Amino acid sequence: MGVLELSRIQFAMTTIYHFFFVPMTIGIGLAVAIMETMYVVTKKDVYKTMTKFWSKIFLLAFAVGVVTGIIQEFQFGMNWSNYSRFMGDIFGAPLAIEALLAFFLESTFIGVWMFTWDRFKPVWHMVFIWLTNIGSILSAIWILTANSFMQHPVAFEINTATGHVRLRSFKDLIANPQLWVEFPHVFAASICTGAFVVMGCSAWSLLRMHIKSKKDVESVQADAEGTAKVDFFTRSLRMAAVLGLIGACLAILMGDLQGKFIVYDQPMKLAAIEGIYEDTGDPAPWQAVALINEKDHKVEASVDIPEQGSILYYGTNHGKVRGMNSVNKELHEKYDAKFGEDMNYYLPTTLLFWVFRLMVGIGFAFAVVSICVLWFTRKKKNTLWQSRWKLWIMGLFTFVPFLATTSGWLVTEMGRYPWIVYGYQTIADAVSPTSTVPKVLFTCVVYFLLFLLMGTVMIFYSRRVLHQGPFYQPDEGDTPVEVTAGTQRKVALA
Amino acid sequence: MSFLQLMWFCVIGLLFAGFLLFEGFDFGVGMATRFLARNGDERALFMRAVGPHWDGNEVWLITAGGAMFAAFPLWYASLFSGYYILLFLVLVSLILRGVSFEFASQALTDKERNIWQWANFVGCLFAPFFLGMMLTSFIQGVPMDDKGNVWAGFFDVVNWLSIVGGIAVVFFCFLHGLHFLSLKLGPGDSRRMLNTSEKLYWIAYPALVVFVILAFFMTDFYKLRPVTSWMLTVVILAATICGHVSTVKKRGGFAFASSGITLMAVIAWIFNGIFPRVMVAEDPAKSMMITEASASPYTMKIMTIVLCIFLPIVLAYFVWSYFIQRKRLVSNDVSMTDLRKPLAVH
Ligand code: HDD
Ligand code: HEM
Ligand code: HEM
Repeated sequence: MGVLELSRIQFAMTTIYHFFFVPMTIGIGLAVAIMETMYVVTKKDVYKTMTKFWSKIFLLAFAVGVVTGIIQEFQFGMNWSNYSRFMGDIFGAPLAIEALLAFFLESTFIGVWMFTWDRFKPVWHMVFIWLTNIGSILSAIWILTANSFMQHPVAFEINTATGHVRLRSFKDLIANPQLWVEFPHVFAASICTGAFVVMGCSAWSLLRMHIKSKKDVESVQADAEGTAKVDFFTRSLRMAAVLGLIGACLAILMGDLQGKFIVYDQPMKLAAIEGIYEDTGDPAPWQAVALINEKDHKVEASVDIPEQGSILYYGTNHGKVRGMNSVNKELHEKYDAKFGEDMNYYLPTTLLFWVFRLMVGIGFAFAVVSICVLWFTRKKKNTLWQSRWKLWIMGLFTFVPFLATTSGWLVTEMGRYPWIVYGYQTIADAVSPTSTVPKVLFTCVVYFLLFLLMGTVMIFYSRRVLHQGPFYQPDEGDTPVEVTAGTQRKVALA
Repeated sequence: MSFLQLMWFCVIGLLFAGFLLFEGFDFGVGMATRFLARNGDERALFMRAVGPHWDGNEVWLITAGGAMFAAFPLWYASLFSGYYILLFLVLVSLILRGVSFEFASQALTDKERNIWQWANFVGCLFAPFFLGMMLTSFIQGVPMDDKGNVWAGFFDVVNWLSIVGGIAVVFFCFLHGLHFLSLKLGPGDSRRMLNTSEKLYWIAYPALVVFVILAFFMTDFYKLRPVTSWMLTVVILAATICGHVSTVKKRGGFAFASSGITLMAVIAWIFNGIFPRVMVAEDPAKSMMITEASASPYTMKIMTIVLCIFLPIVLAYFVWSYFIQRKRLVSNDVSMTDLRKPLAVH
């Protein structure tokens, strides 16, 4: 394996790992902010308990998200220095603005929020968590501005002296149409992630109550703490289901728009995720499943739904979808003069095809599960907490959002191959000339071990938080006491 | 060189200085958890003192990196790829330290908590050391090619100046952390911090002399820009003496300000010395100049507007967050060995 492959593996590994925690932070953060708002509005203690309980999971995700984020910021220079030279004029600005606008906001206010529960009026305390959450969302917008440029370069010119890109209009950079389909979709994915982690964890907690028979149900209902627990997690479940439903609908809607965008913008990516080698007829069918032969560039067998392809990508029942063979020809005509004839424009089709279906399938599954949860927990007849198999399914959904987001990013980033900046710089041209195999391999291995460690600990502590439950009272003994300043100061320095 | 280029060179210097000023004491406090804290509870107390602030402080480094990328992309690319291993080690240290706060607060037993307190200590010790090494290594002149790639060998990175530089940064961060703690802890502990710092200052003087002698021979700072370099050397020394006197007089606030100025002056000394270069090459003809490394005037203009609007806002709430949490934290010295015993107010 060469430096290029290792650098790609390292990038994929570190960003995917970072992106496990990013949507968790945004999503659970949003849920926690809503819970605290409910507390402020209704003044019911259960919402305060909810805020405090779920914020424990939120803070664990936040901690790992932050430390993996620093790797992201550094590795553009460390592993992709030619890319940084080429893209610096465009990429640097969003990254610096992200730090100034978003990271300061979220990191300062999360510090304030964590330690000032008794110091401020509830309304003000609520404002702090909202500011933290807004910071996280802003951070996503700015980083995606940079990513959107790589997918769909706009508002730039090539500096003929250096060959590097130069920003022409900051306004147009932000108005990049790719960004405004990508960001809402990522935001929706984050809402889903937060919602399903909360939902799944609630389900695990209810399962731990071991309700197996009618008798168990009665004994829980007779017990005050048991009732409170059921009430607590049912509320959490319902809130998560509402968020999950909104998130899923938004994700489906915006995902659809992204498809409609790349059908024009990156036809190769679209053909790959749909497994189309030859141009389709008009109207285009949609291959629900297909057996793909990547070597000979053809589809061996497929299950087609007539006209559905046109409907998905053009919104009407006619219109052809282009296949990889013809797009490949066009790309060679367009770029051979600059990049040579040896370029391979075909994508790892089987992988992209299935990974895309996984994401879409999960999107619809989210919507269905959310509706079911709302139905089974309805006021009149809340029976969900008594049904172990339903809780099991929901519990397993804790891990599903991560599959979806990873799939989505694989589609987006691998579908860009062989470009790092679409049409302007290849991935091979982007790596640091100074990187060597031992260096990159070594760092890959250490990152991997660190990630393994952090992931294990994070899951271990999250599990323990769930076991302790919402009514766990830690011994307040070891939290330091604060003294008022003023008088103390004189004593101290006398 | 345009005004914007000069300004952004200074802004990046300022951001790095801000990083050492704020994150410096986090590191110092982390070191103090092993060197001064007498048991697990006290370590937890020390960590609690920086608990609300460390993440915000770290953002100074992230912003400095981001600003470097935005304003001088070629500098960012050369420096970060050239110092691959050192930066990697910095990252590992920052990761260990970063997760330690949350994980330690989740721990239920002394043993478990101890693991994360160790992680915090190790991270806080090595992050400034490796950063200090990088800062004092790239100023000596590294092998570079025409494209700006840095081909630093082992001895370009690890040599007397960079080792002494790394230790010096660690040392001053430690003092800075003690001074911060003296402002955050109750009277007894506060005094203990200042007493320790007072004694440690006696190491600072010979260390500084050694550092200046090495820098005199191993960098071109004193030949190229003798007046300003010597002036800043004097500032560093004066701030050190000031800090020492303050610890003798047990004035924590002054001591904290002095050690902060020392750390910032070190960054000023570096940025003054490399000017008008951003990367110092072994072969002077290959050094990377501010004018070559910078982004387009348009990008810099945009960044300047953003900076002018948002930096004041950020600074306002950043300072406010310290202000509202300025109260001292007190623990009961006697009950320290027992984790579960309540802590009392002095
Ligand atoms: C919980 C997560 C989640 C869910 C349920 C979905 N997606 Fe998605 N998808 C993502 C999470 C995601 C993502 C990780 O956030 C990506 C990666 C890059 C991006 O913009 O969003 C993404 C990318 C992405 C792309 C690639 C865009 C590009 O390359 O520019 C397409 C075409 C879709 N999605 C389409 C869909 C459709 C039609 C869905 C619904 C049925 C769907 N996604 C559900
Ligand atoms: C601003 C944001 C991003 C930038 C600038 C960016 C840039 C890059 C770069 C430089 C590579 C290496 C070249 C390559 O192999 O294609 C890459 C690959 C990759 N990135 Fe991104 N990325 C961004 C966001 C993300 C995110 C958030 C994820 C998801 C977790 C992600 C997932 C991947 C994956 C999976 C690859 C590997 C693709 C492959 O092996 O071909 N990226 N991206
Ligand atoms: C690939 C390029 C990326 C870079 C350079 C990057 C950089 C960073 C950095 C430096 C941090 C730490 C901030 C702190 O210390 O407070 C961070 C955290 C964060 N990043 Fe990323 N990031 C990348 C990808 C993404 C993407 C694609 C998103 C969102 C869609 C994102 C959203 C966040 C959020 C919300 C945080 C807050 C911390 C957390 O995870 O809880 N990042 N990122």
